[in-house]
Amino acid sequence: MPESATETPGAGITAQAPAPAAKATRGAISIRNVTKIYDPEGVNVMAVDDCSLEIAAGEVCMIVGPSGCGKTTLLNAIAGFHSITFGEIYLDGQLLCGPEKPLADQGADRVVVFQNGALFPWKTLLQNVAYGPIVQETMGKAEALEKAADMLAEAGLADMAKKFPGEVSSGMARRAEIVRALINDPKVLLLDEPYRAMDALTKSIMHEALLEMYDRTKVTMFFITHDLEEAIFLGDRVVVLTTRPAKTKKIVDVKIPRPRDYRLLGSEEFRLLVSEAKGAVHEEAIKAFEAGERELA
Amino acid sequence: MAEHPTVHAAVAPGPGRAVPLRRTRLQKLLENTTLWRGIVAIVGFILFWEVCSQWKGWFGYQIPWIGKVAPPSDVMAVWMDILPQPGYWESWYLSTFRVFLGFAIAQVIGIPFGLALAVNKYFRDVFFPPFEVLRPIPPLAWVPAAIIFWPTTELSITFVTFLGAFFTIVINVLGGARSIDGRYLRAAQSMGASQWDLFRRIILPGTLPSIFTGAAVGMGITWEVVLAAEMISGGGQQAGGGLGFFIWSSFMGGSIEQVIVGMISIGIAGYLSSSAIRYLGSVCMPWRRLF
Ligand SMILES: Nc1ncnc2c1ncn2[C@@H]1O[C@H](COP(=O)(O)OP(=O)(O)O)[C@@H](O)[C@H]1O
Ligand SMILES: [Mg+2]
Repeated sequence: MPESATETPGAGITAQAPAPAAKATRGAISIRNVTKIYDPEGVNVMAVDDCSLEIAAGEVCMIVGPSGCGKTTLLNAIAGFHSITFGEIYLDGQLLCGPEKPLADQGADRVVVFQNGALFPWKTLLQNVAYGPIVQETMGKAEALEKAADMLAEAGLADMAKKFPGEVSSGMARRAEIVRALINDPKVLLLDEPYRAMDALTKSIMHEALLEMYDRTKVTMFFITHDLEEAIFLGDRVVVLTTRPAKTKKIVDVKIPRPRDYRLLGSEEFRLLVSEAKGAVHEEAIKAFEAGERELA
Repeated sequence: MAEHPTVHAAVAPGPGRAVPLRRTRLQKLLENTTLWRGIVAIVGFILFWEVCSQWKGWFGYQIPWIGKVAPPSDVMAVWMDILPQPGYWESWYLSTFRVFLGFAIAQVIGIPFGLALAVNKYFRDVFFPPFEVLRPIPPLAWVPAAIIFWPTTELSITFVTFLGAFFTIVINVLGGARSIDGRYLRAAQSMGASQWDLFRRIILPGTLPSIFTGAAVGMGITWEVVLAAEMISGGGQQAGGGLGFFIWSSFMGGSIEQVIVGMISIGIAGYLSSSAIRYLGSVCMPWRRLF
């Protein structure tokens, strides 16, 4: 790990990240003193302020914080959708973006799963999943389709492969979307509230499927959510961000062994962790709320 | 109209009750209440029109406005007379040909032009302002200029027809391409799509629904324009007939029945054209057929 990391506030906690499985040797993200100011000459919104965070290879890092605090902004910076104003972000020791190069290149090593789902409505699930390898030309079309069919089958979506996203439930669509990301063999999965607006029952099915997938691939996940139970259930660590501008406020370590299943939800350990995270988030939510009222007044 | 009992049975087959056999397409068509309402409405309208037109003959008193119109039975009789005449079919052919020629040229130029406006800022900065100045000019206002510009009446009519569809198509394509959800573009880029992939695999299919909306509206306008252009240009010596000229000459000849035949012919032609576009749309956009 580069030396400058030791100076950052998040760095001390990183050491405690649970040891990832043997396979996870890639996908370490290092966010160092990142600041993002939208439109400095105009509206000048500071969305992220001197935020530092070390994510180990193969870690499931859950990001929580009040809405509008800057979570998506951070994700977009890693994905290369927009630039950062100060600081650096590294992926496996390689600079993604920094002072010389404020905008990271977009690449299939960091695939994004969006808040409301972004399967292409004009492609079947199969065509959607095969999209990445086809446009990157890492596989021929037939090969890509074959691989896509295999991966969909593995995710329990074999019967749905020929359907359009509009024909399947939101749960299945989201599952297919994660398969579409994984076929690119990414180093990091960037998930922006993927299960938002799903009912609790569907969500719990999604969680089990995701954990099953994670146990297989050990892909690093940068997972934004506002659901604290989801955060503790899925994550190795839960990073609570402050209200805008975002900084790391608290990091909750979830030292619950994997594989995990739903029985965990009833355990005392689980509830304690949730309430620990809840306390931190609640404080920030109140600040965000009061700030909002001032802005309105 | 009452709901068919079998529909309920199909939805809720109770325990131990036999599930009804799948109905054939014909059965489904016959049970389609929307279809029946449509047929009843059209038949009802024709009857109402017949009665109103005949009122004077039967009761000695003319109903205002509609009472002056020739009754459908007379129109039908005239139509049957005209049907075997090659001149009538030539009018159909000429108008249809002009519509499709103008429409096709408008598509071929309008779709790339709209897409270029959508994806390239420089192109938009240069071409959008003049486009917006020309757009509000009604196509028919171009007729005199077109007659002066183009050597033949045929070309003038085609040009005006083209204009009728062109502006609508471009505006729809531009709007459609610009309103593609940014998530699709970002998702594609994050999976390594090149600019050309983005255009071909995201922007193009994402714009298809708007292309077809533009085509449907544009097709309607083209028929309007062609008819009006034919009337204004008098069909022209070399240009000859067309349904617009057919109506106009029938009016000059004082045959109201023939005018109505011309009008209904246009209605049918327009309906067939928009059905064709709808069909093409459902073939090109299978994901939209689901709903
Ligand atoms: N393009 C932009 N221009 C200006 N302000 C923005 C822009 N995008 C987001 N913001 C602001 O930055 C803050 C953080 O946004 P975001 O990262 O989307 O929050 P969230 O944590 O809910 O994902 C919000 O206050 C939002 O209004
Ligand atoms: Mg967000």
